[in-house]
Amino acid sequence: MSIGIFLLAALGGGLGAALRFTTDGLVMRNVHSGYPWGTFVINSTGSLLLGFLTGLSDSSVLDADWLFVLGGGLMGGFTTFSTAMVDTVHMLQKRTFGRFFANSLGMLVLTVVLAFVGLAIGRAL
Amino acid sequence: MTVVEHARDTTHPIPRPAYAQPKLIAFVFLGGALGASARLGLTLAMPSDAGDDWPVLIANLVGAFLLGLLLTGLASRKPETPGRRDFRLFAGTGFMGGFTTYSSLATNTAELFESDVLGAVLYSLGTLLGGIAAAAVGIWLAGLVWRPRDGKAAS
Repeated sequence: MSIGIFLLAALGGGLGAALRFTTDGLVMRNVHSGYPWGTFVINSTGSLLLGFLTGLSDSSVLDADWLFVLGGGLMGGFTTFSTAMVDTVHMLQKRTFGRFFANSLGMLVLTVVLAFVGLAIGRAL
Repeated sequence: MTVVEHARDTTHPIPRPAYAQPKLIAFVFLGGALGASARLGLTLAMPSDAGDDWPVLIANLVGAFLLGLLLTGLASRKPETPGRRDFRLFAGTGFMGGFTTYSSLATNTAELFESDVLGAVLYSLGTLLGGIAAAAVGIWLAGLVWRPRDGKAAS
């Protein structure tokens, strides 16, 4: 791992976070709901894409350095766990249990399935 | 638009939402780059097998705790000043968002399912339950330290 690759991954993390900020804002402005659809959409698409990138790496289309930059950096910065957890606790505090399960177990199961799909597609290429 | 309208809109710019303001996007970008670097540094410092990803687990739990602490602490002072908003976007949305990751949790779990189903269930549910607990402790602790204030003098 060279310092250049690490810096590229850091840049990817910044870009991913900025992309999350604007995507989240746009989704939440257009979907008038008390549910954090922005984070939900971001984590779902990000998991599909990281699965795909990892699959591409498994099939040797993508080398380890680029997986580090695009996967660990860009997709790592784009998706977020901490926001999902704080929202989940707020749902518990408000006793909105349907939302609580959707934002915890629901999001986990969906993102794992999407990562599976991404892996399968990436490995097939 | 007419020239008159353009002139008016330039003198009285329509406020943009936070997510469309270049300065605020830059704060999130900077925080995200630093947060992702911290996570990736942790990944390089403690190498682990695919699936059995301790650095990501640690980053996610620590980040969930710190974001709960940070957001609750900042929310206890109302109204939010521009300075505190900038800090929230840099440290919360940027750094903690970049430090923690959901895509790695999902992909690690999917990969682990292929070789070790029990391990995959334990890793993913452990991260989820640990994350909820960590965020709850952060929120609870911030509530103890920073009593809610609305900007008026407390009696």
